[in-house]
Amino acid sequence: MEVRVQNIRKEFGRFPALNDVSLDIRSGELIALLGPSGSGKTTLLRLIAGLESPTEGTVYFGNEDASRKTVQQRNIGFVFQHYALFRHMTVLDNVSFGLTIRPADRRPSKADIRKRALELLDLVQLSGLEKRYPAQLSGGQRQRVALARAMAVEPNVLLLDEPFGALDAQVRKELRRWLREIHDRTGHTTVFVTHDQDEALELADRVVVMSKGQIEQIGTPDEIYDTPNSPFVFGFIGQSNILAVRVENGQLWLEDRSIGVSAPGEADGPAQLYFRPHDIELLDGCGGCIAGIVTVTRRVAGTRHVELDIGAANSTVEIELPPEKVTSDRSRIAFRPTRWKLFRD
Amino acid sequence: MAHDGTASHGSTGNTELVRVATSEHRLARYGLIGTALCFVGMFLVLPLAAVFTEAMRNGPGEFLTVLADPETFSAIRLTLIVAGIAVPLNLVFGIAAAWAIAKFEFKGKAFLTTLIDLPFSVSPVISGMVFVLLFGSHSLIGPWLQSHGVQILFAVPGIVLATVFVTFPFVARELIPLMQEQGTSDEEAALSLGASGWQTFWHVTLPNIKWGLLYGVLLCNARAMGEFGAVSVVSGHIRGLTNTMPLQVEILYNEYNFVAAFAVATLLALLALVTLVLKSLLEMKYSAQIAASRRH
Repeated sequence: MEVRVQNIRKEFGRFPALNDVSLDIRSGELIALLGPSGSGKTTLLRLIAGLESPTEGTVYFGNEDASRKTVQQRNIGFVFQHYALFRHMTVLDNVSFGLTIRPADRRPSKADIRKRALELLDLVQLSGLEKRYPAQLSGGQRQRVALARAMAVEPNVLLLDEPFGALDAQVRKELRRWLREIHDRTGHTTVFVTHDQDEALELADRVVVMSKGQIEQIGTPDEIYDTPNSPFVFGFIGQSNILAVRVENGQLWLEDRSIGVSAPGEADGPAQLYFRPHDIELLDGCGGCIAGIVTVTRRVAGTRHVELDIGAANSTVEIELPPEKVTSDRSRIAFRPTRWKLFRD
Repeated sequence: MAHDGTASHGSTGNTELVRVATSEHRLARYGLIGTALCFVGMFLVLPLAAVFTEAMRNGPGEFLTVLADPETFSAIRLTLIVAGIAVPLNLVFGIAAAWAIAKFEFKGKAFLTTLIDLPFSVSPVISGMVFVLLFGSHSLIGPWLQSHGVQILFAVPGIVLATVFVTFPFVARELIPLMQEQGTSDEEAALSLGASGWQTFWHVTLPNIKWGLLYGVLLCNARAMGEFGAVSVVSGHIRGLTNTMPLQVEILYNEYNFVAAFAVATLLALLALVTLVLKSLLEMKYSAQIAASRRH
């Protein structure tokens, strides 16, 4: 189901957690809310769920205004960071819970509930563990039970709050891939919160980057990575270099030298140049380039990271080179950014 | 080979060192244990044994006859009635207070938490006096109640009120830290799955706190049955009517009826022992659950 958040404002006491946030979630998409802690991403998720109520603004489920509906009436599935499984119930009872507590007229028969719960446990690859208690499962297994439990009620939207936050790196990666598969198979509209950019970029159809209670950018993982629209997104996602440059007649100048990059249409004056370490080309001669002296080189997996000292006012710049390009300390390297962005204060 | 030899030699040397470092001289060990045992014997075991031997001084036959005395019998009945009213009241109150304090944020929360502890810090006699001041013939409400035929002081209602007041904190105190530790996400999960507030409480919250709750009820009950000070002030000591077991013990003792006094005391002591055993059993079970909730 399509979910629309319109001009939401949320204050805790007098502290604003969300400030005029609007977001359209398309039916069937997998969307990530990404941001540092305190950015308001969990608050936004809980507002969609109905676990918090907005100070101002509206939440629509389809064309219906869900703002006045309670969490029970919204029919959502919520998965918590620390699983929140009912510890005194077996895995099967946990998954069946949402169906067994329904009033008699909407409750499926006992056999049907059992059948549905077992199907879901099969879907999350936990067949055979239905008689276990949560304490007898590993973290990854518990989170899969939590997901099966949330899906049992056929929710309008699945909401996951840092679903892999409490798991170790290996399990995390596995579950990430697995969640994508489950999503593609069941087609639930899914929103998940994370502070891990790899998770968001790898898993989501679209990523919502948040900071200080506001949405900074919404886009596909490619858009977010390749064309960040603010210094915050540039800095938060991936590695980036920042240089203080000057625009003169559509050319970029670093201190007293042109760096061979033209920026047509940009007004003259000081600006901040942002570029990724791998978005560069090496130059032999320097008829307009950034030149520096190698201070540190590191080999990380398939790339060589090189730190350059490019002169007085600017600190170091990091670039990534293919590993076969051998550089020695104190050698001179000239390069030019191929993909970059200018921001002004 | 030579390496192995030195290694094993070194390790034996270490164990000896460890033994020396972590244990005291034999004399000190036995001395300390002996002192502790003497202390426990003199202050705990001996008095308890004295209660039972005094009660059985003239044989088990007289022990039973004394307990069958109508006044004593009515004291036992009154104690059971009072505990039967006070404990469920404080059970409900305790859950409600712990729920409010652990799961919600509101103004005056710290004040409420302190207030719940008040009966622990006030002398029981003063707790009794409060009710005399509230409902006595010189108070505001007392005469009005009396003219409407409601007797609070020197009657069962007064005793129940005083007992409720004194045993107020037991259940709440037990549940607040437990519920605070468990947080609210289990409840939120149940609500998100469509459960009503009552279903959430019944199927999720209550099972999560049941051992802590039972533990609190047990302590509350022991205190309710054994309370002396507050009840003594409000009861008026009317024989066969407003005497609870602890009060009956005092009356019998003051009348030099030692066998009867100690016979009733035996029942109270037995209550204490049973409570202790149940408490230890619960603690074993309950601590496992606390650990499970931490693992969870």
